[in-house]
Formats: sequence, structure tokens, C-alpha cells
Amino acid sequence: MTDRPLGGLDAVERGPLPSESGATSSFVSIEGESDHPSVAALRARFGSAIQRHRVSAGDQTVVWIDAAKSLEILTWLKDDPGQKYDMMSDVTGVDYGNGRPVEVVYQMFSTTHKRELRLRCPLPLDALEIDSVAGLWHSANWLEREVYDLFGVTFKGHPDLRRILMPQDYAEGHPLRKDFPLRGRFSRAEQTRRALAQDVERFYGAQELVEGGEPQQVFARPARDSGAEG
Amino acid sequence: MATRTVELEVGRNPEMGIDGRPAQSPLRPFDVPEPDFGTEEMLINIGPQHPATHGVLRLICELDGETVMSVTPDIGYLHSSFEKLGEYRTWNQIVPLTDRMDYLAPLIYNCAYVMSVEKLMGIEVTERCKVVRVICMELDRIFGHLLWLGTTAIDVGAFTPFLYAFQQRERIYGLHESLTGARITTSATRVGGMMADLPVGWLNSLLGFLDTFPNTLHEIDRLLTGNQIHIGRTQGVGAISAAEAINYGLTGPNLRATGVDYDVRKDRPYYDYETYDFEVPVGEHGDCYDRYLCRMEEMRQSVQILHQAMARLPGGPINVQDTNVSLPSKTDCMSDMESMIHHFKLITDGIPAPEGDCYLAIEGSKGELGMYVVAEEGGTKPVRWRVRPPSFVNLSTIAKLAEGHLVSDLIMINASLDIVLGEIDR
Repeated sequence: MTDRPLGGLDAVERGPLPSESGATSSFVSIEGESDHPSVAALRARFGSAIQRHRVSAGDQTVVWIDAAKSLEILTWLKDDPGQKYDMMSDVTGVDYGNGRPVEVVYQMFSTTHKRELRLRCPLPLDALEIDSVAGLWHSANWLEREVYDLFGVTFKGHPDLRRILMPQDYAEGHPLRKDFPLRGRFSRAEQTRRALAQDVERFYGAQELVEGGEPQQVFARPARDSGAEG
Repeated sequence: MATRTVELEVGRNPEMGIDGRPAQSPLRPFDVPEPDFGTEEMLINIGPQHPATHGVLRLICELDGETVMSVTPDIGYLHSSFEKLGEYRTWNQIVPLTDRMDYLAPLIYNCAYVMSVEKLMGIEVTERCKVVRVICMELDRIFGHLLWLGTTAIDVGAFTPFLYAFQQRERIYGLHESLTGARITTSATRVGGMMADLPVGWLNSLLGFLDTFPNTLHEIDRLLTGNQIHIGRTQGVGAISAAEAINYGLTGPNLRATGVDYDVRKDRPYYDYETYDFEVPVGEHGDCYDRYLCRMEEMRQSVQILHQAMARLPGGPINVQDTNVSLPSKTDCMSDMESMIHHFKLITDGIPAPEGDCYLAIEGSKGELGMYVVAEEGGTKPVRWRVRPPSFVNLSTIAKLAEGHLVSDLIMINASLDIVLGEIDR
């Protein structure tokens, strides 16, 4: 993604690129029955929207779902009496690099049934958007903002989709993406120049608090990705 | 599960003291009509550098007089992208990054990270290692709670508990130092074991700490629990209902103060926590005072767990006896060709992981601490290393908790959530 010539440090900055073997080929797709009661229920109810599932790390059930139906599936998992996943522990993203889809990961826990479940939702790089679940779980509000900030995934319907850890005017992109160099896109000189050119007063005004506003246009994102529904 | 409701014989009315005797509350005058001043809304920044924000946190408050209309936390001042750095390091090289997140309870983070990696790789650590890690984690639960106790007390104007608490913390610093060589940046764990076994005499030092610490805790308890100023500042402040707390993702003492008995040690036990005899304190009202009571009781329960763990500490090796995971001893390296090769391979290549992902949650001092690691087949570095930060999620509720309260209550609410900015910003 960089347009400057590759230098000696770029190998360091690029870091460990994943193997060329595509992620999908190495995944074992288990179509059979699972011990986890939610998997069978999900398959029965949503059919083809449940892409595959597997057991990871010994006893953890992971289900891959279609992004188009994610909100419907998550709403059902929260409200159905047999599921009742009332606690959204974590929302995060995984980027495997090499142009493979970015995956949004939902880690849920049911305080009623004392069960955990992990959903993963692959998003192709040219359509990094998914429905927000901040309306279902308040805890998802900040967690989705973090995924937006660090991975560039747009959450449709999020009430307040702003950057959260990086500065609001950060122009170098989304740091946890694999195409983001470890030391940033800009040179140290450029980073220093921008830091010195900042208007400090601006950071202590009220204008950055406008909630539900248009998310900012960020660097290295196609124009059609801009704009979440407020 | 065994729980204990931490309601004491303290009246819930501000004018009622211990045993129901009326006490003069200096804070809330009664039956005084609110004077009608003309007020206008204003925007106040608390922080980023302010002692009451407990770190580099900026709270943007919209105030009407002294009433908080809305709070917007602004975080990220300490962001150093540990998770990105982790993708460039081998599994064991990430351990030092973990204690720099929660520098108030570093050993819990060290343990949680390696536990998740071991689960991903299917490594079962030795019995001795399990008990040693339980000791580390419970010791640091006390360590983290003591800092919270001291700084929260100082936020409501009580200076003595701060000094008492930090005196006790200093003793745990000493234990850290003799165990790991560092006071804060412990980095005590390795995949498959610990950096080193317990030093000679360390358990005696720990026992010495455990013998006298409850007395100090009792003294602090006497200073705060029935204290009218403390009660007036905390009861009914920042309350949240149980259902809302779950929906907002609160965990740890903050959630248990609302009456939900969710504790990862009981609900998803790890390291044989189900065999330890301890109770989970739960509150009733979900306000700052109940959070205080829960944490005080948790420290006492941690002392109980530490005593039990020391009694059952088995002998044997502390690291797994697998040359592909644990480093061989220096003597073996220098005298045995095989050991030297393993040592070389482990240092240069690292430990290969199977393809997959693993989310492991433990009960940290702040709440549910989850470590999520994703690996590709044979990967010696993570594709993704994610920390589910309890303070981050807990802090996101502050806008809800503080709305309609006074600015001074906002300071108390912020303190009672027990946040650590190093982990929020990562």
C-alpha cells in the first residue's frame, strides 16, 4: 500500500506476512452435529446463513455466519429463550492479510445458561460493513468503535461511530490491518510535521462531540464506503 | 455457588448511622429549598492530566450548574498498539507487553495471556505451575484492589487509608521483586510454565504478609465502612440495575455489586478454582458503596484462597517437560547436544502453534479479562492477539452512571469503576 520505494526497514515494518496458502483451504469445515446446543438451533433456523462451524482450542465452538444476516441472527441469539446470550463480552476483528476477508468476531456469554459462543463474520475487503449490534448490547458501542477505528469496518446503524483510540483526524488508516506498516504510513518527519501543525485549541471544543454525525472520511478507503447511517 | 451479600448493618438513609442511630450527615442538608439561581450550561474538560481521572483520561462534561448533563470520555492518550506489536513477536516475547497494560495487577495479565496460548496449543501445565499461578493471580487481585482502595478513599477526602493501603502494596512490591526481579514489569510467566520457580523462602515472606495484612484491612474497614462522609459520598451514587449492568457488559466487582453472582472463577472455572473454598461477594444496590463492599470482601476471600493454595502447593517441576515448549536448563544446554539444539530452535524459531483461535477469560482484578489469540498452522507468531479489556468496557458505562449526578459524584463514580488507562488504551 505504500507508494514510496521499499527501504531496508520495510521488511521489518511489513513483518510476518501469512503464508500464501489461502485461509479457506486450511480450515476444516465440520458440517456434522456439534455438542454445542446453539449450533444445531442456529442451523435449523437460519440454514444457509450459517456457513460452517468448528471446535477450536479443545472445547470452544466457533460459528461462521453471513454478514448480511448477522443482525437477525444476533437478535435471535439474544432474545430466544433457549439461547439468551445476554452478555456481549467482546467484539473484535481479525485480518489475515493477503487480501483475505477481515473477520468480525463476536464473543458472547449467556448468564442464564452459562454458555459461551463465538461467532465470526467474514467481510470482503471491498465491502467492509456490517450491521451494528450496539442497539442490542450497550457494551458493543465502544467495542464496535474500536473495530471501526483499528480495522476500518463500518457498523451500519451505530449511534456514534467515531474513532476511539486514534486521534479523530488520524490520516494514516487503520493500524491493525495487515497492510498497515508497523511504524505507520508516514515517515517520522511527516508525522512530526503533522503533530506540530496541529491546532491544539481544536481538541478542547465541543464540535467533536456531535454524536451520530457523519463518520469521517479516512485514508485509503474507497469513497463508496463512506457514510454510516446515523 | 457460595455467595455472600455484603450488606452491612448500615442504614441506607444518609441520616442513619450504624445500628440505626441517627447521625448528623455533614453533606446533605434536609428540607432546604433549592435556591433558584440562573444557570447556564457549560462545557468542562476534566483531564487529560488530572489526579482524579486515575490516569490519562479526559472526561468532557456538559454541566448545568454543578449537575452533570452528559459525560463523554475521551481515551487513547496512552495508545501504543500493543496488539499490533504482538503480531511481530513470538509467543513468549509478548509476555512483557502484557504486564505493561495493567501495571496495577501485572501478574494476572502475564498468567491470562499464557493460559490462552497454552489452551490454543493444547499444553497442560504442571500441577505445581497451576497452584503457583493461582497464588500469583490472587496476590495481584489484592494488589490491584489496594490501589483502588487508596486512591478512591483519597478522592472522597480520606487520606489515611491511602497511606495504609500503599504500605501494604509496598510489601507486595517486595514479593514481586523477589519472585521476578521486577516490581511492576514482572513478566513472570512463559508458555508452558513460569520464568523461574519460587525462590527459597518466598512462601514464608508471603505468609508473613498474609498474617498481618488482614489487620490493616480491618483498620481501613473501620475507617471507611461506617464513616458518614464516605457513606454520604457513595450510597445511592452511580447506581445501575442488574439487567442494565449485564447489557452494558460490566464485569467483576462492578457487576457483582448489582447482585449478579457472575464470577469467571465459579462459572467457568480454570486451574481447579472449583476446589478452593471461597465465597463470591455480591451487592444489592449497584452503587459506589456496594462496589466498595464487594472489593473489600474480595480481598478477604483472596487471603483465604492464598492460604489454601499454599497448603496444597505440590512439588515437582514447574515447567512442562516438553523440549519443544520449555527451555532446557543451562547445565543441559552446555553439556548435552540435544538440549542445545532445542534451546537454539526455541529461541530462534519459537513455539509453533496449531491453526485456530482461542478465547480464554479469567477473573481479573477489574473484571472479565479475556485473551483472544488467533494462529495459523505452525505459526510462531500470532495472526491476531486481542485483549478483552475489562476496564475499557466498564468505563463505557460512565456516561450512564454519572448522568444527573453532581461533578463531585462523577469523580466518585469514576474512582469506583476501578479503571486502569494502560489497559483501556493498550
